[in-house]
Amino acid sequence: MNTLTLQQDGAVWRLRLGGDWSLAQIGQIDRELNALPGSMLGTLICDWSRAERPGMAPVWLLLARLSALGAGESPTAGLQVRHEGGPPPTVAMLRKLMRDQRAAHAAPSTAPPASPGALGELGRWVVQEGAHASAAVGFFGRIAAVIGAMFSRPRALRIPSMARHIYEAGITAIPIVSLIAFLISVVVSYLGAEQLRKFGADIFVVDLVTIGVLREMGVLLTAIVVAGRSGSAFAAEIGVMQLNDEVDALRALGLNPVELLVVPRILALVIALPLLTVIADAMGLAGGALLSLIELRIPLVQFTVRMHEALGPTTFWAGLVKAPAFAVLIGMVGAYRGMQVRESARELGRLTTVAVVQSIFLVILADALFAVLFQKLDF
Amino acid sequence: MSDPSAKPVVRVHGLVSRFGTQVVHNGLDLEVRSNEIFGVVGGSGSGKSVLLRTMLGLRRPQGGSVELYGRDIHGLSPRERLDLVQSCGVTFQSGALISSLNVAQNIQLPLREYHPLPETALEKIAQLNLALVGLPPDAAGKFPAQLSGGMTKRAALARALSLEPKLLFLDEPTSGLDPISAAAFDELLLYLHSELKLTVVMITHDLDSLFRTCTRVGVIVEGRMISDTLAGILQNPHPWIHDYFHGPRAHAAQQGAHG
Repeated sequence: MNTLTLQQDGAVWRLRLGGDWSLAQIGQIDRELNALPGSMLGTLICDWSRAERPGMAPVWLLLARLSALGAGESPTAGLQVRHEGGPPPTVAMLRKLMRDQRAAHAAPSTAPPASPGALGELGRWVVQEGAHASAAVGFFGRIAAVIGAMFSRPRALRIPSMARHIYEAGITAIPIVSLIAFLISVVVSYLGAEQLRKFGADIFVVDLVTIGVLREMGVLLTAIVVAGRSGSAFAAEIGVMQLNDEVDALRALGLNPVELLVVPRILALVIALPLLTVIADAMGLAGGALLSLIELRIPLVQFTVRMHEALGPTTFWAGLVKAPAFAVLIGMVGAYRGMQVRESARELGRLTTVAVVQSIFLVILADALFAVLFQKLDF
Repeated sequence: MSDPSAKPVVRVHGLVSRFGTQVVHNGLDLEVRSNEIFGVVGGSGSGKSVLLRTMLGLRRPQGGSVELYGRDIHGLSPRERLDLVQSCGVTFQSGALISSLNVAQNIQLPLREYHPLPETALEKIAQLNLALVGLPPDAAGKFPAQLSGGMTKRAALARALSLEPKLLFLDEPTSGLDPISAAAFDELLLYLHSELKLTVVMITHDLDSLFRTCTRVGVIVEGRMISDTLAGILQNPHPWIHDYFHGPRAHAAQQGAHG
């Protein structure tokens, strides 16, 4: 069913509008409007007598199309338009609306800003990154200031808030951290056993598990799990508070959001992460012992004796000492990204993702630096 | 102005809403006729927003029925429900514009979903809706976070109008606006009401707006609704209603409306 039929009679064009002219048919109407010839001159009569239920948007598209074809109000316009056949009241209303809009906002400057070119882009990038870096340093400084102030003002240490975060980031993470440490340790000792058995050196699986879990795997796995769980939670919680103006409300009440929101979270992680690491270490050793028993027939007593021989004086501490450092990284990145959230739900999602990715990256980077450092120190 | 015998567009009968043990509506009746602007008034916590959410079908009531255009909204097939939803426009109190889309994209969102159209046509229709609610064309590219309170309310109205509904639900459309913007919004509403033959259900605390725009008013008291014309409700002896419409602020608003 055609919604438009055009007839020419000398300099008079007759546009019959027929059928359903409601919003439901707008796709069809738009196509037929765009198919109208651009060469009409003279008078155009729009015949509304057969149009049913005309909707606003279709009428608006018709008027916009006619105006693009050169229809005008002034007598000098190339195409004079008349509406006949009982046009709906919307036609008059929308014509007035279009006129008013044109008059009030004549020729809006739509020229896009000049492209800055490659050098300009580079400059903009440098300035942006510089601003980001200085903001991050500033954030670190504010945290340091709050922690410094705690020594003179113990109330700045928010114990209830910290307790809640220790519970959420630490206690509730115990099951998943235990499970992951146990399973990964089983997998690693299985792979080690496969190789070492070829040399008849089965017993060295114990050394592999002990040193591997205590020095590296326990703390690293824990940090990665906590970064995924708590780093994202910090960013999302603080981010939603930003969106709701809660952070600004705290500032307006004379309270320091860094002191109330950021520092308790970071300190909670600094306490919880080493404790979780100890649990992960224990579960990792248990996993190794279980696999040694089943796969290599090393009894638990022998495993324990061999473990003590493999343990250096610093093996356990070399892993554990990294935990607080990782905690600071995860907590700071999560809170910092949360504080950066502005304006929209999409920003919240993006910055939460950034928080997790960045904190995992920083944890692994820091772990590598620790490895080099411990090597040099012979720790 | 409205014909009393006309079939009601919105009919709520015996509505019961409960949250745990707290009863919000207890046998609430409401009828809104075609081409009315119906104002819903009530104290804080009297369940105005709950009523709105129930009428929209976002909340299933504990008792009673809600009919829009004579059809019970809870007895519809998904297809019928979709048609019904498309024939109602809604604005929420805070605007509820999608924050990751700009104003034009917010307006085009339902159109894009239901009417596949080329971009150029969508742009023109967005401009139509902006013009209808009195926003400048360059508002199209702005994001919700960049808008002032008044612009947010107007943009939300533009989105509500984009599917050309005949029935409009407004939740406190003038709250948080300065008196000039609020008055302009009233005029806009009256203009749209007369040009588009809309039926409007409006929750409001703004007495000026109520006196200026509403043809009838419903007051929620004690879980029920008392509805009447403005003149009638002003004579109502119920103490809360009397206090509401005869307090110091109400007098100023009435004088403003009639003076």
